[in-house]
Formats: sequence, C-alpha cells, structure tokens
Amino acid sequence: MASDQATGGLQIHPMDQFIVKPLFGGDAIHWYTPTNVTLWMALAVVCVVLLLVIGTRGRALVPSRVQSIAELAYGFVYKMVEDVAGKDGVKYFPYIMTLFIFIVFANFLGLIPMAFTTTSHIAVTATMALAVFFFVTILGIVKHGFGFLSLFWISAAPLALRPILALIEVISYFVRPVSHSIRLAGNMMAGHAVIKVFAGFAGVLGVGAVFPLAAITAVYALEVLVSFIQAYVFAILTCVYLRDALHPHH
Amino acid sequence: MATDTNAAEPVGMPQLDFATFPNQIFWLVVTLVVIYFVLSRIALPRIAAVLAERQGTISNDITAAEELKLKAQEAERAYEKALADARAEAQRIVAETKAEIKADLAAATARADAEISARAAEAEKQIAEIRENAMESVTIVARATAGELVAALGFQADEAAVTAAVDAKVKG
Repeated sequence: MASDQATGGLQIHPMDQFIVKPLFGGDAIHWYTPTNVTLWMALAVVCVVLLLVIGTRGRALVPSRVQSIAELAYGFVYKMVEDVAGKDGVKYFPYIMTLFIFIVFANFLGLIPMAFTTTSHIAVTATMALAVFFFVTILGIVKHGFGFLSLFWISAAPLALRPILALIEVISYFVRPVSHSIRLAGNMMAGHAVIKVFAGFAGVLGVGAVFPLAAITAVYALEVLVSFIQAYVFAILTCVYLRDALHPHH
Repeated sequence: MATDTNAAEPVGMPQLDFATFPNQIFWLVVTLVVIYFVLSRIALPRIAAVLAERQGTISNDITAAEELKLKAQEAERAYEKALADARAEAQRIVAETKAEIKADLAAATARADAEISARAAEAEKQIAEIRENAMESVTIVARATAGELVAALGFQADEAAVTAAVDAKVKG
C-alpha cells in the first residue's frame, strides 16, 4: 500500500476486491476462519435455497414466476446433461446441477457492488475442476478398466499417426483441469478488475467521469452475460468430460 | 507471493495468496456439500415430481380431449344417420301418398268414365226413340197430307195405295 500512495492522486486497487479477509476481525486466516469467502458462499447457498426450495414450495401445476425459473434451470441443466453426456449420464445430473447452480449464483452475487466474487479465485475453481477431473477419471477406469485408455487411441486416424495423436490426447487430457479452472476464474477476475479500474478513473476525472461510467455500464452488461456463459461453459465441459468417461471409444 | 497469513498485506494477486487456499477450499467444500444435499434431497425430487405431474396432467387432458372428440364425432354420425333415416322415411311417405292419390284418382276416373258412358248410352237411346217417334209422326202427317192432296185434286183416294206410296217415299 505504501508504494501505491507514493504514486500520487490516482489510487486504483483493482485487486483489493479479491482479498480474502476474516469476517470478525483478526489477521490470521486458518482453514476454519469465517471469511468473506464464507459469507458470499453462504449467500449463494441462501439464493439456491430461495430459488429451488422456497420458490418451488407451492408445487403448483401452473407455476409461479420463481417456480418457473427453478423449473427452467432444472430443465436447462437436465437437458444439457442428457444431450451431452448421454442417457447414462443423467445419473450424475445432481452433481452437475450443484456445480452449475453454485457457479451461477457465485458469479451473479459477485456482480453486486462491494461484493466478493468467490469464483474469481483459482483456489475455488481449481478445486471444482480437479474434483471433476478425478471424478471422471476414476469413473472411466472403474467403468471400462484398461479400455478407458482407448480414449487416447484414436482408431479413426491412420495407424502411423496414432502414437503422436495419443501423446497429444494425453497431454490435452491432463491440461483439462487447468483450462477448466483458469477459464472461469480468469473471466471473473478480469471483468471485475476492469470495472474497478474504470471506477478508479471516474473518481479523479470530475465531469469527465461520464466516459468511464459509460464504460463501466457496458462492461457490466458484458459481465452479466459472461457470468452466465462461464457457468454454462463449466457445466457443459463437465458433461463433455463425463461423456468421455462413460463412452471412451470414439 | 506472500505466504504470510495477513490478507491485508499487499500481494501481487490475492488469488495467488496460498495462505488463504485452505480456508477457501474448506468453505467451498462445505458450500458444495450443502448445496448438493439441498438439491438431491429436496429441490430436485420436488421439481422432478412437479414436472412429471404436469406432464401427466397434460397427457391426461389430451386423452380426455381425444375421447370427447371421438364422442362428438359419434354424436355427429348418429345425428347424420337420424337425419338420413328421417329423410328416407319422408320420401317413403311421399311416395306412398303419391301412389295412394294416383290409385284414388284412377278409381275416380274409371267411375266417372263408366257413368259418362252410361249416360251417353241412355241419351243415345232417347235420341233414337225420339227419332223413331218423329219418323212415325212424319209418316202419319205425310199419309194425311197425301190423302188430303189426292182429295183436293178431286180423286177418291184409295187409302191403302196412299199409305203404300207414302211409306215407299218415306223409306226411300
């Protein structure tokens, strides 16, 4: 912070919003310390309960608005799992729904001014991506045993190319959790940091603040889109990996 | 990369402050487990039940609608059949009545014809009678006249001759 003050009037700390802080004072962050991470994840849980439990309380044949949204979310993810992972992937629908609904709410809650975006942290997204990675890998091995390796052996390709392709496939397989997690965290972090940078400009420009404010509005709109799309992308990639585990033969 | 636990200290990127990782991962796991149980125990079965119930209601309604449609078609067929029956009955009655009227008419015509011919025969008989009478009268008058004429001419008329002559003339 001392270095920032030295630079003069323009004080922009675009990354400060991502700092993990203990909720109830103190400096130490143990694994169990309630932090702003805890708060915003709990809020995501509250939102999930409000939408999917309280919203569907009526069990109405003709749904209320909230129930319609809950049903839409259900149908959206269910159809995605069915279409991408196949009929036998439907068994894993609750896991994918859990991931999707958590990411959606974490992303959207992060768009509230002063909020903390839990999904902008690589620790969070990498945990989820690694969980998916290990889950589908173990599932594939359990289901197909040695046959799971045929995922890397592309029988459609000419025989001479197959070892090279297999090498590429193996590398891309192990890169999956990296891209899977960094894509989400990177998108969230970049968008929020950009908004913060523009907000910092607005603070020192006086009347000229109109331009950064317009930019913030535009970026915010984009971020709303990105929030949903990234949750969708995370979920659909999970379905794709699941399909590979269930049907490793190309 | 700061490894101290003080998050307020400046770090390059808070995302790379590994000291906060256990905390984030712990709370993430708690969150995901809570959401998973809320979803799999309450929310998802409930929504699935609602959707299934709606699907069932819709298909029931469609079945009922199809049944009603069949009934309506049946009713329409029955109505058309009744209409056709009534039409056939009416035609039958019309034909029967027509035949009856024709028969009546024919009978009446026959009776009238018979009467007419009877009357005509009677009239002819009368006319013949009258003609006969007239002929007789003419003969008598002619005989008398011929006798008178013969007397007027100064001859003694032989009554038999006159009568013969007149008869011959009248017949001729």
